[in-house]
Amino acid sequence: MTGVASTGTVAELAAALRARKLSSVELTTALLARIEQAQSTLNTFVTIDAEGALEQARAADAVLTRPDEPPPLAGVPIAHKDVIMTAGLPTTCSSRMLANFIAPYDAHVAGGLRTAGTVLVGKTNMDEFAMGSSNETSWFGPVRNPWNRDFVPGGSSGGSAAAVAARLVPAATGTDTGGSIRQPASLSGVCGLKPTYGVCSRYGLVAFASSLDTPGMFARTAEDCGLLLNAMAGHDARDSTSLDRPREDYTRDLELPLEGLRIGMPAEYFGDGIDADVAAAVDQALAQFRKQGATTVPIVLPNVRLSVPVYYVIASAEASSNLSRFDGVRYGHRAKDYTDLADMYSKSRAEGFGAEVKRRILIGTYVLSHGYYDAYYLKAQQVRRLIADDFARAYQQCDVIMGPTAPAPAFRIGDKTDDPVQMYLNDIFTIAGNLTGAPGISIPCGFDRRGLPIGLQIQANYFAEARLLNVAHRYQLDTDWHARVPGGFAP
Amino acid sequence: MSTSNPATVNRWETVIGLETHVQLSTAAKIFSGASTAFGAAPNTQASAVDIALPGVLPVLNRGAVERAIRFGLAVGGNINRRSVFARKNYFYPDLPKGYQISQYEFPVVTGGEVGVASPTRGDLRVHLPRAHLEEVAGMSLHEDFHGMTGIDLNRAGTPLLEIVTEPDLRSSDEAVAYARTLHGLVRWIGICDGNMQEGSFRCDANVSVRRTGSDVLGTRCEIKNLNSFRFMQEAIDFEVRRQIELIEDGGTVVQETRLYDPDRHETRSMRSKEDAQDYRYFPDPDLPPLVIGEDWIERVRSELPELPEAMRARFVRDHALPAADAATLTASRELAAYFESAASAAGGEAKIAANWTLGEVSAALNRNDIDIARSPVSAPQLAGLLKRIADGTISGKIAKEVFDAMWAGEADGDAAADTIIDRRGLRQISDQGAIERIVADAIAANPAIVAEYKAGKEKAFNSLIGRVMAASKGRANPAQVNAILKQLLG
Repeated sequence: MTGVASTGTVAELAAALRARKLSSVELTTALLARIEQAQSTLNTFVTIDAEGALEQARAADAVLTRPDEPPPLAGVPIAHKDVIMTAGLPTTCSSRMLANFIAPYDAHVAGGLRTAGTVLVGKTNMDEFAMGSSNETSWFGPVRNPWNRDFVPGGSSGGSAAAVAARLVPAATGTDTGGSIRQPASLSGVCGLKPTYGVCSRYGLVAFASSLDTPGMFARTAEDCGLLLNAMAGHDARDSTSLDRPREDYTRDLELPLEGLRIGMPAEYFGDGIDADVAAAVDQALAQFRKQGATTVPIVLPNVRLSVPVYYVIASAEASSNLSRFDGVRYGHRAKDYTDLADMYSKSRAEGFGAEVKRRILIGTYVLSHGYYDAYYLKAQQVRRLIADDFARAYQQCDVIMGPTAPAPAFRIGDKTDDPVQMYLNDIFTIAGNLTGAPGISIPCGFDRRGLPIGLQIQANYFAEARLLNVAHRYQLDTDWHARVPGGFAP
Repeated sequence: MSTSNPATVNRWETVIGLETHVQLSTAAKIFSGASTAFGAAPNTQASAVDIALPGVLPVLNRGAVERAIRFGLAVGGNINRRSVFARKNYFYPDLPKGYQISQYEFPVVTGGEVGVASPTRGDLRVHLPRAHLEEVAGMSLHEDFHGMTGIDLNRAGTPLLEIVTEPDLRSSDEAVAYARTLHGLVRWIGICDGNMQEGSFRCDANVSVRRTGSDVLGTRCEIKNLNSFRFMQEAIDFEVRRQIELIEDGGTVVQETRLYDPDRHETRSMRSKEDAQDYRYFPDPDLPPLVIGEDWIERVRSELPELPEAMRARFVRDHALPAADAATLTASRELAAYFESAASAAGGEAKIAANWTLGEVSAALNRNDIDIARSPVSAPQLAGLLKRIADGTISGKIAKEVFDAMWAGEADGDAAADTIIDRRGLRQISDQGAIERIVADAIAANPAIVAEYKAGKEKAFNSLIGRVMAASKGRANPAQVNAILKQLLG
């Protein structure tokens, strides 16, 4: 087996496995070696399950030798963000609070990918409880950007993004609450799709902000994202916010031509504060789409400027409540010495949670407290509606909305850790998609002068995942940004 | 404790509002599939959702909603087409999520009323501003663990309907009358088993006092967790007296939560308003608003049984029963059904069926601690007995003997009374000649009593009747005996 084979896309690997040109054991073994090797430099994984992965690979190979049609992703290795419950494996949320927690059940999306035949190699590092935009808040240390190890990979799903970028796995799951898939995809130079809220069940995701949390995935191509989404989507009776919709093949429209596509260009996404290299790369991408027959339409999203404050009220409020279950009573970290119940709570939580998690719990507790609810939480929900109205109006004029995923490429590790507001502004273009629940994808569209990747965000209306993937796929047919490999990680 | 000085009490008016926690009789919990059965080994009925593992989510049990709808319709309230589940946030070891899912701003039922027979004010309408769905927390067990606390999460997630009254009640008697009526109603419509020992029906009482004639409410205290009608009465009486004495001594009532100690017959402060927690309520983002369609409401409405209030009125109207009897007969659906079935099988002998149901049957059930649904004497069997009284086959006195025999299982089937009457030879003697012979024998055998009678002692007559009845083993028709005796004594 060649190195090239081990670093193919999901589609290529699934085909090779099916054609018996490659066994899952060979493939998994090769990737495990790459993962082990990269761990000391990139720190992408929290848990590597070599034994379990090889067992699954052997089972997949057995299935692949049978005459019946194998499951669609049989034998393809993947990784899960460590916020997704995986039966029998630690699920830590990169927190000291859950450092020793073994998940007793599979999340819905983990089960879907298991059923589709994937081989789980391990759990990826992340910002603690998915709170962060740089992967620096992890209890297990920061993840490093494969394109330059002094830089962050983005967050919170930084481990998954970096692992895919470094060709350690062809695909990995993530969760996106304010941009936690799209922003690290952009900063790490891979594709990251956040589907419509409700398309993928939240059952088994350790909750951060329930009304915003959305499972999704990283891969190198739009097509691969579609293949994973096919396995992850679907109604789940265990999640009351999971939508009961007919099943669909998200790759069905990949090849449709883009003639007549109307691309909305929000004035708010192209203003001041955008890094010059980012602006140039996005302009170039738009030119590419025009070349393919698309037209660009100026649009306005006047309330999007409010999305960061709205998000930090709503997400923190929900988080402050969601994280209450981590009290040291039934599972998770409990302080060794305490004098009484209140002391047990306060010490366990003070020791178990990191600074950013505590900050958000405090903000959330504050905005929900008596006398402040109307001014903060209720007002934020009202503005959330206005933002959704902006998008609804925009989609009367255009089919997709494009712009930079993040205002700037990756920043240096440590650069923004002392300035939470600067950190939060990294998600200024992605948050609106969580507030409205509509889907968005980030795809590589260039590099800055330092060689750091730049991402293009494409957003579309609810349930337009197939259209999003079509637009991204057609772009990837004519460009090779997504095929570039970070130095030192070539096969 | 009863208020000792009526003169003092008359200067004060008591104002009470009740919050009742009615545990709904669903097989599964309100947000998980785990069983709600009482009494299992600790933590064996706690699912991943109930113990709040990371990543689990609540899914609403429609059975709980259906019971709330049933209640709302039964009290004439509004079933809100859209209601919202909210999180009530606080930390406690038996609250696994760190919040309780409840309804806050938008409850499932608003409005409605319960008709209560007040001992002093007659028919009282108690208004219900709201009833909302919520889940129960687990239990903390402080005994048996030597300085530690045990947590049992079996109960966590059990569905509750919290039913709130306006401050419409003016005495502990009225509060108890309301609670009893509500207790009967929730069992009647099948939403709660009413088992107070197991905590299925518990009340919190908000109690305040004010000068008679005042229309301003006094400061209230909330007495938590009253799980028997007797405790409710005692707790409220104690609290009313405490508040009156406090104010009359120049003090002021502090708004607080109090607990009733049934051993010491007093209420004790649990926490004051200043310690009240900020629960940081907000809509639960895991649960979409609860939307209840017209068709659901109409189906539930069509399945509602006749309600106790309507049935009471019907018993008075159609069966000419006294209001008090009608009220007692409608204390439970089973009792009412027993009565109706016996009355109709006995050919419309409603009055006598009511007397027997409330008399012999209820007494025997109480004596043996048996539920009416398991009565050894079935309604048709009782009807068979009542028919024999009505047609003169047996006297009322003999009927009690037959009833006891039926209770003891001496015969089976709907005609058990006839079998026993025949087997024991209890048929009433109405043959004129036969009775004349017995009476004549009795006169001959008791010359002294006859002499007393003739000397003008009326009581001696009853004594002779007693002798005759005894000689006939109670079977002689009493009316005939009376007439014949008078005639023979000349």
